[in-house]
Amino acid sequence: MSAATLAGPSAPKSVSRRRSALPRILLGLSGLLVLLAVVRAITGANDLTSSGTVNAAIGLAVPIGMAGLGGLWSERAGVVNIGLEGMLILGTFGAGWFGYQHGPWVGMLAGVLLGGLGGLLHAIATVLFGVDHIVSGVAINILGLGATRYLAAVVFSGVPGGGETQSPRIPAMPRVSLPGLDQPLLDLERKNWFLLSDLAGVLRGGLVNVSWLTVIAIVMLPLSYWILWRTSFGLRLRSCGENPWAAESLGVKVYRYKFTAVIVSGLLAGLGGSYLSIVASSIYRDGQTGGRGFIGLAAMIFGNWRPGGLASGAALFGFTDALQLRGSGESIHALLLLVALGMLVVAGWNLRRGRRVAALVSAVLGVLVLAWFLFTDTVPSELTGALPYVTTLVVLAVATQRLRMPASDGLPYRRRTAK
Amino acid sequence: MTGRLDVRRVLLAVAAPVLAVAFAALVTSLVLLVAGDAPLPVFRAMLEYGGRPRSQALILNTATYYYLSALAVAIGFRMNLFNIGVEGQYRMAALVSAAFAGAVTLPPVLHVGLTMVVAVLVGAFWAGIAGLLKVTRGVSEVISTIMLNAIATAVIAFLLQPSRLAVSVQGSNNIGTRQIPASGRVPGLDLIPGAGVQVTGLILLSVACGVAYWLMLGRTRFGFDLRAAGASPGAAAASGVDFKKMTLAAMLLSGAVAGLVGMPQLLGASYTYSLDFPTSWGFTGIAIALLGRNHPVGIGIGALLWAFLDQSSQILQLQKVAPDIVAIMQGTIVLSVVIAYELVRRYRLVLEQRSVGRALADDQPPPVAAPSGAPA
Repeated sequence: MSAATLAGPSAPKSVSRRRSALPRILLGLSGLLVLLAVVRAITGANDLTSSGTVNAAIGLAVPIGMAGLGGLWSERAGVVNIGLEGMLILGTFGAGWFGYQHGPWVGMLAGVLLGGLGGLLHAIATVLFGVDHIVSGVAINILGLGATRYLAAVVFSGVPGGGETQSPRIPAMPRVSLPGLDQPLLDLERKNWFLLSDLAGVLRGGLVNVSWLTVIAIVMLPLSYWILWRTSFGLRLRSCGENPWAAESLGVKVYRYKFTAVIVSGLLAGLGGSYLSIVASSIYRDGQTGGRGFIGLAAMIFGNWRPGGLASGAALFGFTDALQLRGSGESIHALLLLVALGMLVVAGWNLRRGRRVAALVSAVLGVLVLAWFLFTDTVPSELTGALPYVTTLVVLAVATQRLRMPASDGLPYRRRTAK
Repeated sequence: MTGRLDVRRVLLAVAAPVLAVAFAALVTSLVLLVAGDAPLPVFRAMLEYGGRPRSQALILNTATYYYLSALAVAIGFRMNLFNIGVEGQYRMAALVSAAFAGAVTLPPVLHVGLTMVVAVLVGAFWAGIAGLLKVTRGVSEVISTIMLNAIATAVIAFLLQPSRLAVSVQGSNNIGTRQIPASGRVPGLDLIPGAGVQVTGLILLSVACGVAYWLMLGRTRFGFDLRAAGASPGAAAASGVDFKKMTLAAMLLSGAVAGLVGMPQLLGASYTYSLDFPTSWGFTGIAIALLGRNHPVGIGIGALLWAFLDQSSQILQLQKVAPDIVAIMQGTIVLSVVIAYELVRRYRLVLEQRSVGRALADDQPPPVAAPSGAPA
């Protein structure tokens, strides 16, 4: 009954390739920027790389990324966490409850801790009692939603500015800018020069007027990478996700590592929830997570259970969401061209690798999207909401399957039962 | 000795769910106490209200679609597939079949039948996308069905426009599909005397699906293959089961049943798919399938319990208690049922080991029945 059902070849990549990860990431990012710049130049949809879009995209990506990072911690230790949605909800509520009384920082702490409480519950159920991970996660989603709704009605009704389904206003979290960049970058961005203005827009969106909570959340990504992949603690934690019996035989206290991982998972999801209520909307509101826990899980799988990959998945969701929310049907339409170009690139790459069928499929899809771009002026506004999800599906289907989940992800493990 | 063990086994099997419900009541009481409400009057009011004839009829109505939803999820679970997408599948199916039923003129029984065929096909199609992606490209059905849920929401918003499938509903600013004519409606049944509300006629559909599910799993080659492939893909493949084919078949079947989830509401109550068509039944189905351990009878009990809690929470507004307390109870039940089952399984294992140990110590061969209990 586990969700552990990813088929596909799983040959481990050679170690030497991992060393060159950073140059590859930078290369990929600049390639993407060039592609975006080309699309913007062709279509004239200047909002595509404006600092406003980038800023909004980062904001939308943070909760998804934090949920995904929570999932990463948990699943790297071998515990599937479908309860992220419930932990996000707990985070939003904690931040709303304490935030309006004691300010944003205490609110953030409360949200994080409440999320961690959800993680602790998941850890007790799955690790200690050996409950199926999906069952426990589903229960935590129900519990998180029910408990916060009930408590919200108890805590917030009658409070000035609050109601049965929402908290009073939370004081804003301070924002931070890299000094001296704002005006020069804005000037450059307004020039609409090819590539340079795009770069300025992206930089300004990421470096100017950013909430501290965003900074903290973004720092979590490299920090998690460093802990999980560069320390012996992380090595042991991941060994619990790959082969807990082997880890046990080497003296690793598997239960302790799994507990830690799942609690951290809840803390991170709680951070994402705090972000939603403190920064994104400055109140707790019922239903404000909107399934982001699940999307975060998807971003993590999309990112092949690695921090960099999940960050790009979250960024993809954030970016397309931002374009849609900014109401620029023009930009979404321009994005069709980007998708078409991307598909054709993939097709060429597949052809070079000798995968004819894959190449053909992506080429046909690319041409179809291109035709859609050429023969229409806008995308119906109702459909734009589906864009990130369609993109994810297409990317997963077209890109060759090289996803590999931790080998013992979702499997039950009991102490001293080594085979 | 074997007889004693069996009695104990029955007791243990009953103990788990009873313990779980009691534990959930305890947790709920604690929450109520902390919030400053007395638990006993709350429970008494819920029991009293949930037991009224009118509530009974409404509980059966709710359980009807919960059951179908849980069945759809359970079919996937039997094959180790996690179909989170029941949510999107039933909504897509309800919309398209509502538009179909509102647009055609057909004789009574045929009208209903064809509407359901359309719903089944749409549900299977939407699930089939995930199934196809899984067998051809190895895309996890967990992620693809989450995506398809979100896509379904967008597609429904797109289709449910006055220029497309929808017409405006008279007397409100709601929009929905054209009303289904009388020939396409399913009459209610007067099952419960004095209720004042009818029980949806499609409760029979739920029961029929449950029986079909039971027959399919236990009495057909297909069901055997499904369970085998779910339990051990390798062993199933070795005995000639085409794993990919079974995956796709299970996904299609799950989607087909999911397509029916919206039918009681559509053909028996609202007769149109409008903006306020109920959502999130697909997610409830997951919880109920887990509660019922994928067994047709267990799911039935789970659906009734869930519907009872939903219905009886309606009275809580009058008691000045937020009805969401019931969600805490439901979540606790799901979690504690499985914990209880696990504890009982471990306890049973200890008992068996002990009885084997005793038999060996007496220098007698262990009783024949003892090892048979090993697979819980």
